[in-house]
Amino acid sequence: MTDAGASAEEETVDYGRRKFLTTATSATAAVGVVFAASPFVASWQPSERARALGAPVTVDLSKLEVGQMIMPVWRKQPVYVFRRPPELVAKLGAHDNRLKDPTSADSEQPAYAMNERRSRRADIAVLIGTCTHLGCLPKQRFEPGDAQLGTDWPGGFLCPCHGSRFDLAGRVFNGSPASVNLRVPPYSFPDEHTLLIGEDGADATQGAA
Amino acid sequence: MASNDAEYSPGFWGWLNKRLPVEKFVREQLLEYYAPKNFNIWYFFGSLALLVLVMQLLSGIFLTMFYKVGDTTSFDSVEFIMREVNYGWLLRYLHSVGASAFFVVIYLHMYRALLYGSYKAPRELLWLFGMFIYLALMAEAFMGYVLPWGNMSYWAAQVIINLFGTIPAIGPGLVEWIRGDYGVADATLNRFFSLHVVAIPLVLLLLVVLHLVALRQVGSNNPDGVEIKEHRGADGKPLDGIPFHPYYTVKDVVGIGLFLTLFAVVVFFVPTLGNLFLEEANFEPANPLSTPDPIAPAWYFTPFYAILRAVPNQRMGALLLLIAVMAFFFLPWLDRSPVRSIRYRGWWFRGFLAAFTISFGALMWLGLRSAIGGYVTAARVFSVGYFAFFLLMPWYTRWDRVKPVPARVRFHA
Amino acid sequence: MHKPALVAAALLGAAWTLSVAAQEPATPAAEIVPWENWQAGNEVSNVASLQRGFRNFMNYCAGCHSMKYVRYSRVATDLKIPIAMLKAELLPDGAAPAKYIEASLQPQDGVAWFGKEPPDLSLIARSRGVDRIYRFLKTFYLDPSRPTRTNNLVLDAAAMPAVLSDLEGVKAAVFRNVQVTTDGRTMTAKKFDHFVTVVPGRMSGPEFDAFLRDTVNFLDYAGEPAQVDRRSIGVWVVLFLLVFTWLAWLLKKEYWKDVH
Repeated sequence: MTDAGASAEEETVDYGRRKFLTTATSATAAVGVVFAASPFVASWQPSERARALGAPVTVDLSKLEVGQMIMPVWRKQPVYVFRRPPELVAKLGAHDNRLKDPTSADSEQPAYAMNERRSRRADIAVLIGTCTHLGCLPKQRFEPGDAQLGTDWPGGFLCPCHGSRFDLAGRVFNGSPASVNLRVPPYSFPDEHTLLIGEDGADATQGAA
Repeated sequence: MASNDAEYSPGFWGWLNKRLPVEKFVREQLLEYYAPKNFNIWYFFGSLALLVLVMQLLSGIFLTMFYKVGDTTSFDSVEFIMREVNYGWLLRYLHSVGASAFFVVIYLHMYRALLYGSYKAPRELLWLFGMFIYLALMAEAFMGYVLPWGNMSYWAAQVIINLFGTIPAIGPGLVEWIRGDYGVADATLNRFFSLHVVAIPLVLLLLVVLHLVALRQVGSNNPDGVEIKEHRGADGKPLDGIPFHPYYTVKDVVGIGLFLTLFAVVVFFVPTLGNLFLEEANFEPANPLSTPDPIAPAWYFTPFYAILRAVPNQRMGALLLLIAVMAFFFLPWLDRSPVRSIRYRGWWFRGFLAAFTISFGALMWLGLRSAIGGYVTAARVFSVGYFAFFLLMPWYTRWDRVKPVPARVRFHA
Repeated sequence: MHKPALVAAALLGAAWTLSVAAQEPATPAAEIVPWENWQAGNEVSNVASLQRGFRNFMNYCAGCHSMKYVRYSRVATDLKIPIAMLKAELLPDGAAPAKYIEASLQPQDGVAWFGKEPPDLSLIARSRGVDRIYRFLKTFYLDPSRPTRTNNLVLDAAAMPAVLSDLEGVKAAVFRNVQVTTDGRTMTAKKFDHFVTVVPGRMSGPEFDAFLRDTVNFLDYAGEPAQVDRRSIGVWVVLFLLVFTWLAWLLKKEYWKDVH
């Protein structure tokens, strides 16, 4: 660099110190910028209010009939809660070969729902309704042997957006654009007829076999 | 074209520079831009003003994501930001303290120009662009002040808009047009929001660019008021100049560090600065049925407010307020002194500048007090001091016994 | 709660106006500080005090005053109150923890009973200052001319009744006549001199002061829940900036060795 001020004493310039101080100041500034950016980034996280409103939701199951589904909202997401007929639950293991992730190894669920029914209780299914492909709401196709979906259709869901298909445990079929099963939220049953979505309950670690 | 290509280094850097003059810009504006080497502490405030502008834009953009304009939603959404948004309190304090910091920095930046005659030829246009920035900033600050829709916001809007009512003939109609209603209302708030977040920031950015371009054209003044371009070395470079980069970049970084430290102390420990930066009354929602008592504008407007109140006539008061602000525009032509810097001026200018400084400070203080008794008398005295600086300038700057100006700047390493 | 005390006070009011004037003003040491200078002296980082203050607020204030920007669950988190305790002891029946603090009183009833709607207290500490609230809550005195039978030194003709009188006791105020000279004219004005306890309360003086300090402390917290965080983050930010400035200054000094 040519600079007008530097002349006779140029040889006394300690370039090592100059380089060190430049690096140290720049590095500190870079750390400072990261720190300064963090509150701006954090401001996009769900607000205190959104998190408070994301508290567990209580659902009354006493009027939920077999084959019927209700859709409570938890954390701005519709949750599919339905009572499955025992005969269809019994057949859930029969079509594992047609599923992408039959054991739910790659899917998102609490430990107690990591079974072929993907639920705590055999009859009640609790699934987050948004399709794992791109977030549409799959439609109910509970009737086995549905006219459109073929005679071997065991009952489940069909997504209207991109045609992903799921069984009554929310497990995704081969040939669907979605690659993992419908998500299961944390939930528990404070009593026989009450479902609490969003809280694991006391026996959270136990998988219901 | 092949010879042309040789000018560019190989690889992406060369490819880019052939298409975008990055290197050329850095060379011309930083490495080969020669600034006087005798800048003192007063020369920090230009770069600091730019820093505060960027900070205000950033915090403002984020506040806009959570703020909900409307007479029933604004106040609530500001409290939502303060309480529910993650670090929302920080965004808000950065912006509210930043507004005051902007004026601190700008006032000191302008005062530097008074001290060293930086507005004098050939820097008249540079000064005018600066003054337009100051005007835009006042409008920006005022409208931003209205947005939280607290009780001070409401009454500030009421009072300031009514100032326009003093304009002969069109006044009353103009006031109604600005408000968009028969009183300060939702319509007023909405248009101020639009102007505050879109229109005025665009104008400000344009003016800042013009200010900088004009600065690069004429070059910086300095505390000695000597033109460094008049004394060049054999290589054609000013003898008293040093490249902006690295010398003034590293120096400005020190200024930024000092400023940010002070700024952080206010933001994190005294964000209201004892009622100066955020007033207690503005933590109550807008109430058209109750004027806050006492009521005063934000501190950066109080000198003009004190002048307004010192005049026992509505129209004259508003007119004097207008003149008090606009007088700065005429400085380059009012000042007839052959020298720029206060270092070589005589006692006439020094005396009038001292009187102006004291008057400005006193009016600022008086504007925060109630307009009763001795305060009004004092405001009248100091208003005289304020205007005398401008009105008598053509005479006292000519009578002044100036000292000989050295050919070169004074500098001691 | 305060009603019996108020009634008793009202009955005593007339008797007091006659008797008190003759009474020797007994001025205890604590009263030497004039009431205009009383300080709340609260510490918003004192969580135990905030917990007590929150309980006081729920028991004595939340009946009439809302805190529409403050959520129960946020208070529980910040004040380290377990959610179970919040639900069992502090939440009004049927209120969800995520709800904002609402008054049990309906606004229209407030207008009917007190002549105005009791103000929301979310920001009261910010708009009035803690010391002023502390003085307000400590300077209710008997005034049979008022609809509430009480008046207040801070806020003359306060619409709010002396709701804490069963704790503090019922006080009468002794005024004396003073000569005030303004613009050369001398006038006689009534100036507050001291309080006299007419009906003792359940708390001693220091106990009641502590009660008020906790309550005002909670109002201070509610005015800006992030303030404790703000200050603790600020220490680190300022320290970091000082280090940065120091480095930048060394760098500047190094480069400016070139300039002569």
